[in-house]
Amino acid sequence: MAPRQEIEIGLRRTEAELEAGRRARVLMKGNEAIAEAAIQAGCDAYFGYPITPQAELLEWMARRMPEVGRVFVQAESELGAINMALGAAATGARVMVSSSSPGISLMAEAMSYMAGSGTPMVLVNVMRAGPGLGGIGPSQSDYFQATKGHGHGDYRVPVLAPASIGEAMKLMATAFELAERYRTPVMLVADGILGQAMEPVELRFRTPERQAFDWALTGAAGRPARIVKSLDLDPEVLERRNLALQQKYREIARHETRWEGWQLADAEFAIVAYGTAARVARSAIARAREKGMKVGLFRPITLWPFPERELARMSRQLHGILTVELSSGQMIEDVRLAVEGRCPVAFHGRMGGLVPTPDEVLGALKALRGRVERTRTTTSHDPATEHHPGDASANGTGVRTGARRRGRG
Amino acid sequence: MERSVVFAGFGGQGLLFTGQVLARAAIKDGLEVFWIPSYGPEMRGGTASCTVIVGDEPIGSPVVDEFDAAVVMNLPSLRKFGPLVAPGGLVILNSSLLGDHGCGRSDVDEMRLPCTELAARGGDDKLVSVVALGALVAHLGWVTRESIGAALREMAGRKRPEVVDADLGAFAAGLEAGDVGRAA
Repeated sequence: MAPRQEIEIGLRRTEAELEAGRRARVLMKGNEAIAEAAIQAGCDAYFGYPITPQAELLEWMARRMPEVGRVFVQAESELGAINMALGAAATGARVMVSSSSPGISLMAEAMSYMAGSGTPMVLVNVMRAGPGLGGIGPSQSDYFQATKGHGHGDYRVPVLAPASIGEAMKLMATAFELAERYRTPVMLVADGILGQAMEPVELRFRTPERQAFDWALTGAAGRPARIVKSLDLDPEVLERRNLALQQKYREIARHETRWEGWQLADAEFAIVAYGTAARVARSAIARAREKGMKVGLFRPITLWPFPERELARMSRQLHGILTVELSSGQMIEDVRLAVEGRCPVAFHGRMGGLVPTPDEVLGALKALRGRVERTRTTTSHDPATEHHPGDASANGTGVRTGARRRGRG
Repeated sequence: MERSVVFAGFGGQGLLFTGQVLARAAIKDGLEVFWIPSYGPEMRGGTASCTVIVGDEPIGSPVVDEFDAAVVMNLPSLRKFGPLVAPGGLVILNSSLLGDHGCGRSDVDEMRLPCTELAARGGDDKLVSVVALGALVAHLGWVTRESIGAALREMAGRKRPEVVDADLGAFAAGLEAGDVGRAA
């Protein structure tokens, strides 16, 4: 066998850096890291029902919550879990539930009630491929559900989308904080990969400060009774409540929008992607840059509120945007709304539990660049006007590219 | 720079464990690492695999276009992952189970190891994946031998301290085989 050159990785680090890294980091599974971060953030009670690929989250809670003297209940179903959680949260306790896509659908009704009654709660969705029971592979096909759907009524919930296990841990504290500050359910969405993978993480946690709630059901001895409910049969009163909710959502949008940019300063093209898809995009961008393409990454961390103003600003400098998702294209609708036709918006995605590879995404980037260049040379029109929702070359290419490459496994 | 390896075979051959040993060793060496198991339906059919990506910067894509190395412990894994190894990459085959089967490629390094026999020499013939890890580390040197030893002591010692010696023995047998393969 031919001798093989040793790969020199890690040589750029100093001894001190190596030592610090060795001391501070441990290998943790995504589901378990999220669970521990919730405990360290002060989660008082957890209710759940097992489902792949988030089962380890529930298992970690089953072991750890009794250890720290807190409440763990494996309910008889997702409906049971979320409604127990709703009751617990109404007492002002810091409460969390977790599930994966089909289980979240079952919890949707209660989310509407929580939004309506102003009950704080953190829900974690480790997304798997649908629709229906679908499969257990990683997916981002619950974007619509998380940002626009679940229960009935005029409401929104903040949605946090980490791209690494370390970030998921940090965002757990943020999730509880937002839930209590705005009296709202908050979702954290991961996908099967983030739930199942292991990464080095620092065991640094944050416990949001406890607020005194003037609404919580803590026993009415010596004070007037409080009521936590969503029912209001008087239309005038209910409209006022809705107006107050909308005011709250505007406030959240103003103050709580989060996103991260990478290599955007000189970018002519950008990939918009979140979670696992953003990591694939990052690798694709690194390869594109090696080939001289000026590409950057725009990564929403809050899916709602979507960083629309920031993306709108960015789109003025861009020749084109590629949206990459583990779905048929859901976030792309928010991307288009933000971009308002200032540049073409193309899509690449995989479904069913498959994940696009960096080369696939690179291929989609090149296709977008080619299209933009052709448009620029063949017409004096603004490229944006060439593009409309029915334009197959803009919308469907990615998915079809994916299908063609399926043989690569 | 990132390097990736897939460990694939039957459930029970210690592939997920061995991948985690590599991941922990990488942390000890101050590297970035990402470990992802196949948790899909194929696992229920009795096969198991995990991918480990090691690098000197935070790991990007959790899926790779092609692997730099593959450890394959049975025929279905050879058929699935053999073609996915990058040209110039390394394939470690468990010849105890695969016999004469190979990936039939001339553009990859193929290392055939009688993992069962080598593991038995270390003290426990079940530790086939740890043997392969030894050969991998000897051949590619992504992480230090010392870190693997420490990770093995941590991981095996946590649940079954009595098997630590056999794990270290299997790793040493793999290292030796890998060193020979490297010199050949």
